[in-house]
Amino acid sequence: MSVLIFAELEEGAIKKSSLEAIYYGSKVAEQTGTTATALVLGEGSTDELAKAGRFGATEVLHASDARLNEGNALAYASVVAEAANQEGANIIVLAKSSLADSMAARLAGKLKAGLAANVIELPDLSGGFRVKRSIFTGKAFAITELTAEKKILAIKKNTITPEETDATAPVEAFSPVLNDTDFVVKVTNVEKATGDILLPEADLVVSAGRGLKGPENWGIVEDLAKALHAATACSKPVSDLDWRPHHEHVGQTGIKISPNLYIACGISGAIQHLAGVNSSKVIVVINKDAEAPFFKSADYGIVGDVFDVLPRLTKAVKEL
Amino acid sequence: MKILVCVTSVPDTITKITLTDNNTKLNKAGVQFITGPYDDYALSRAVELKEQQGGTVTVLNVGEADAEPVIRKCLAIGADDAIRVNAEPTDAYFVAEQIAAVARENSYDLILMGRESIDYNGGQVHGIVGEMLGIPSISPVMKLDIEGSTAKITREIEGGHEDLEAGLPLVLGCQEPIAEWKIPNMRGIMTARTKKLTVVEPAGKDTLTQISSYELPPARGACKMIPAEEAETLIRLLRTEAKVI
Ligand SMILES: Cc1cc2nc3c(=O)[nH]c(=O)nc-3n(C[C@H](O)[C@H](O)[C@H](O)COP(=O)(O)OP(=O)(O)OC[C@H]3O[C@@H](n4cnc5c(N)ncnc54)[C@H](O)[C@@H]3O)c2cc1C
Ligand SMILES: Cc1cc2nc3c(=O)[nH]c(=O)nc-3n(C[C@H](O)[C@H](O)[C@H](O)COP(=O)(O)OP(=O)(O)OC[C@H]3O[C@@H](n4cnc5c(N)ncnc54)[C@H](O)[C@@H]3O)c2cc1C
Repeated sequence: MSVLIFAELEEGAIKKSSLEAIYYGSKVAEQTGTTATALVLGEGSTDELAKAGRFGATEVLHASDARLNEGNALAYASVVAEAANQEGANIIVLAKSSLADSMAARLAGKLKAGLAANVIELPDLSGGFRVKRSIFTGKAFAITELTAEKKILAIKKNTITPEETDATAPVEAFSPVLNDTDFVVKVTNVEKATGDILLPEADLVVSAGRGLKGPENWGIVEDLAKALHAATACSKPVSDLDWRPHHEHVGQTGIKISPNLYIACGISGAIQHLAGVNSSKVIVVINKDAEAPFFKSADYGIVGDVFDVLPRLTKAVKEL
Repeated sequence: MKILVCVTSVPDTITKITLTDNNTKLNKAGVQFITGPYDDYALSRAVELKEQQGGTVTVLNVGEADAEPVIRKCLAIGADDAIRVNAEPTDAYFVAEQIAAVARENSYDLILMGRESIDYNGGQVHGIVGEMLGIPSISPVMKLDIEGSTAKITREIEGGHEDLEAGLPLVLGCQEPIAEWKIPNMRGIMTARTKKLTVVEPAGKDTLTQISSYELPPARGACKMIPAEEAETLIRLLRTEAKVI
C-alpha cells in the first residue's frame, strides 16, 4: 500500500507542478497512514531524483529506460499502471499537464479507476473519499466522492504550497515491461519555445489582448514579462489573428491557468476569457476603458493606456 | 471513411452558474444549452474530411431526451445520422463505456471528441475509450489530415506543438484551430429534421465517481484602483501588500 505520485520530467528536471504533486501526495499518504512513492520516468540526474525526497516522497521509483525520455502518454500509462500494481497503490496523484492529462485518462481506463481532474484541495476522508474539484472552468466546484477502489487525483496548480525539507528518499530502479503497441504513434517533429517559462507552470503571467493593436507592439508586453520572470499569454482573438502562437491563448477554449499573479493588458474581460484565468490568486487589469468588465474581476486596476503604463511598470520592476 | 463524433450538450459559455436543491444540483432554469465548443471543432473537421474524401459522419451523445436539439443542430451542420444513448451521463467512465459499446458495434475509422467537456472539464473520456477499444488516443489535437489509412496530426504541447503520425483507427480529442466552427444553413436545418436519430439503451452501469454537492467560488474583494499617473505604485503593492512578486 502506498500513494503513487507521477513526477513528470521536463528536460531532465522534475517539473515545479510535479513537486507540488509530490508534496500533495505525501500529505494524502499521511492522511491515509501510508507511504508516498514518487515515480520518475526517463533519464534524470541523481540531484533531480533527490528533490522528490525533499518534497515529501518516502521512496522514489526510477525507470531510466531511454525510450521513456520522450513523453508518451500510452507508454507512460502502462508503466504507471505496472508501478501501481507493484506498489499496491490505490491512490495515484499527478499534476495536470498536457502529457499527464492524456496519461491519466488512459490509466483510468486501464485500472478502472475513478479520475478526478482539477482537484483543488486535499481529500476529505470523513465518510468516504471526497475531493473538491473545479468544474465549469472555475465557475463552480463539485464535491466528488471517488467510489471505486482505485483513485486518480489530477491536481491543479497552486492547490497546495509545498514545503521543502532536507529529507532523503531511497531511489529504486524500476524496469517496467515496454510494449511495442504503446509506441505506434510516431513523433515526426517537435516545435517548442526554448528558454521560455512554460505558461501552465508559471507563477507570474503577463497577458495581452486586442488592445495592443498588432503583433509588432508585443515588445512592451515581453519586456514586462522578462523583468518579472513571467510567462506571456494572450486572448483568443490575438491567437486567432496569428499575432501570438496558439499555446499562449488562455480562456474557455484555451489554456486554463492559476498563477499567483495575472496581469491583463488591453483585454476586455469577456466571460470566456475569465473562465481560463479566474482562479489566479491576484489579478491586475490595465485597460483604457474604465467600464471594461474585467475590472469587476480584478484585485488591482489601472485605467490607462498600455503604451504608456507598461513601460513604466517595467522600469519600476527593474528598480525594485 | 466512417467517422464517429461524440458531442456533449452543455450550458452556453456565457452562463452564470447557480445552484438549487440545497446545492446538490445545478440550476437549469433559463440556461441555454449548446454543443460543447471543442465538440463543435471535432464535428466541423469531421464534416470537412467527409466533404474532401467521402464517407459518413455519425454523431453520438450519451444523454437524456433534452439533448436532442443539440443533436439536431449537429445533423444540420452536416452529420449524416445520430445515436443517442438514453441515460443521464453521470460519470466519465460510464459515458466512455457507452461510447465504446457503440464503437465496437460499428467499427469507425476515426472517433473524434472534444479535448474536454466545458461543464465537468474532465478531459478523460477519449483516453478511457481508447483504452477500452485498445487503440491509441491523442489529445489535444489542433490539426488533422488523413492520407490513406494514416492520420497526420499536430498536437499542442506546453510551449509549442508536435507533429505525429499514426495508423487508423484512432480516438482524438480536438481543439482549435482544427477547423472553423460551422454554422448550420437553412437547407441543413431542413434536411436535419428527417435524418435518422437512433435511441439506444445504455450498455453498462459502472460509475466510479459520485458528486455529492456543488459550491460556487467566493467573490473577489473590491478592485483597488490605481491612478494611471501613479502606475508605479502597483509594483510596490504587488510586493508589499499582495506579496506575489
Ligand atoms: C465559445 C467561445 C469561446 C471563447 N473562448 C475564448 C477564450 O478561450 N479566450 C478568450 O480570450 N476569448 C474567448 N472567446 C472570445 C471572447 O468572447 C472575447 O471576444 C475575447 O476574449 C476578446 O478579446 P480581447 O479582450 O483581446 O479583445 P476586445 O474585447 O476587443 O478588448 C480589447 C480591450 O482593449 C482595450 N484597449 C484598447 N486599446 C487600449 C490601450 N491602448 N490601452 C489599454 N487598453 C486598451 C479596450 O478598451 C478593450 O477593453 C470565446 C468566445 C466564444 C463565443
Ligand atoms: C445530472 C448529472 C449528474 C452528474 N453527476 C456526476 C457525478 O456524480 N460524477 C461525475 O464525475 N460527473 C458527473 N456528471 C458529469 C458527467 O458525468 C460528465 O458528462 C462526464 O463525467 C464526462 O465529463 P468529462 O468532463 O469527464 O468529459 P471529458 O472527458 O472532458 O469529455 C471529452 C469529450 O468526450 C465526449 N463526451 C463527454 N461526455 C459525453 C457524453 N455525455 N456524450 C457524448 N460524448 C461525450 C465529448 O466529445 C467531450 O468533448 C454529472 C452530469 C449530470 C448531467
